[in-house]
Amino acid sequence: MTALRNIRPTTAGIALAAAVLLGLWPLLPAWAAHTAAVSLGGGLVALGLMILIRFGLVSFGQGLFFAIGGYAAALANQFLGITDMLVLSVAGITAAGAIAWALGYIVRGHRGIFFAMLNLAFSMILFGILAKTVALGSTDGFSVGVPTLLGVAPGPEAGRLTFVLFGFIVISSALVAWIVDRILASPVGYAGQGVRENELRLRYLGVSARGAVHLAYIMAAKLAALGGVFTVLLIGHVTPEDTAYWTKSGEFVFVAILGGAGNVAAPFIAQTVFELVRTFALQYVPEAWQMLLGITLLLVILFLPGGLWSLVDRLRGRNA
Amino acid sequence: MMALAAIVVDSLVYASWLFIVSIGLTLIFGVMNVLNVAHGSLYALGAYTAAWGVGMYVGGAPDAGFVLLAIMLVAAIVVGVLVGILIERGVLRWVYGRDEIVIVLATYAVFLVLEDVMKLIFGAESYIAFQPRFLFGTISVAGIPYVGYDLLLVPLVALIGVGIWAAIHRTRPGKLLIAVIHDREIASALGINVARFFTVTFLCGAVLGALGGALSAPLISVVPGIGVELIVLAFAVVVIGGLGSVEGAAIGALLVGLGRTAAVFFRPELELFVVFVVMTVVLAVRPEGLFGKPQTRRI
Repeated sequence: MTALRNIRPTTAGIALAAAVLLGLWPLLPAWAAHTAAVSLGGGLVALGLMILIRFGLVSFGQGLFFAIGGYAAALANQFLGITDMLVLSVAGITAAGAIAWALGYIVRGHRGIFFAMLNLAFSMILFGILAKTVALGSTDGFSVGVPTLLGVAPGPEAGRLTFVLFGFIVISSALVAWIVDRILASPVGYAGQGVRENELRLRYLGVSARGAVHLAYIMAAKLAALGGVFTVLLIGHVTPEDTAYWTKSGEFVFVAILGGAGNVAAPFIAQTVFELVRTFALQYVPEAWQMLLGITLLLVILFLPGGLWSLVDRLRGRNA
Repeated sequence: MMALAAIVVDSLVYASWLFIVSIGLTLIFGVMNVLNVAHGSLYALGAYTAAWGVGMYVGGAPDAGFVLLAIMLVAAIVVGVLVGILIERGVLRWVYGRDEIVIVLATYAVFLVLEDVMKLIFGAESYIAFQPRFLFGTISVAGIPYVGYDLLLVPLVALIGVGIWAAIHRTRPGKLLIAVIHDREIASALGINVARFFTVTFLCGAVLGALGGALSAPLISVVPGIGVELIVLAFAVVVIGGLGSVEGAAIGALLVGLGRTAAVFFRPELELFVVFVVMTVVLAVRPEGLFGKPQTRRI
């Protein structure tokens, strides 16, 4: 019993959520499974933004790494003929990690709106390149084949979202969420609080604020790239406008703010809410979808600065 | 030789347009430290209202003449004042004092709302108000004929720029405004009504944004999404010159105008790329912009 009691509630929650999702697979209608998987992909991007928010930073260009992940996987699939989702994911993460490492030397000294603007500029550069590259289909993008896993190929009758892809996304998202949770509880995670609240004092303590920001930036980039790989594998198509354009980055910021920075589960919950509301809004009130987003964002900023997760915290506080 | 002349004139025209659509953004940031994403919406609303007004008037009077320009101006002022008051009094005043980035997010929220409001009011079809563009005929420069309206943007925008500069540096309210920019608390303690300066500045910035849209209406086809494209371009212009600096916005507009025109002439596929590369280099090397002053650290 003591061993069980030592498990962090978040760890237990992640494992439980993953098990429930996997167990529900036979019961889930196709649209629900798709929504769940897409929400996990987008949630990973928002999770990366959440790490940055812990550092007091907001990036208005996270679409950059989302696009790098998506395009890396799509390119490896299209031009190298790689279909294994594991290899494609590693390709996306590696590409984004390398680029974030290099760009990190530039952004790590920036804070506030300059950090946000610099990332916006980076993402718009990539958008400009992708949209004008004829070999990559310009603004139309190009298609991605159906992925396999360790030699397991889906039958011809199966749709794009097979149990293999679903399980792969659920299990890797859960693993990644667990790792991020552990990192946030480590000295690097607490350095984030220091950068946010008083960078000068953090430096007096002998911690490199820039180094910590650099690490967080790379982590956020890798998470965004993995989210990009998943999204591209699920949708089967990649375009510049749905990945690198600033409106996509804005969506991710919206989700991260909606969820709040309280827990690694928050971005996933917020992304699921976002996807569900979008599905229904585009069905019934397509011309008011962005208005709904805007009003929600205003309400969160004014009345719920801690995001949806602060509701969970409040409930817990009342029970205790 | 002709190509060179064409590049210079095109750059100047494009730079004037860039300046008028981004000056309101930098003005608001300079005074209030608010990076107003909704500036893109004000531009689009100005363009829609002007195009709608021109269309309505032309429908009734075929040889409308210079009344069209008055319609555009009135449209910009009405839109800027109304929407500006709504944004500043309705939203921004609740977030003053919060983190800079939270204020950006609040204006982003306003931007999202206005995107759909415009679709609800004006629908999804395009509005075309070409008539004002032909009021001035064509003017020939170095043997190349130009549309008079485009060329006249240059002196008009130069006049507006000088006017703003003079209003800030040569009038009493302008000098009080400089005091507010440098230190809100001290200015307030000296008896300056800072809240009113904020409201008035925001209204001026909003009217300038809407005016940029109104002046653009004859040049473009007004469709949903023009604000989305404009705001990133305006960001680039004001960031290059230095956020909050009027002179900087002029330099930023000239640089972006020249860069983009040269790209269009020689390597059209680099058009968008060039703008954001310049923005990135400036942000990376001199985040305060070419004309911004580095901030001293206050502990």
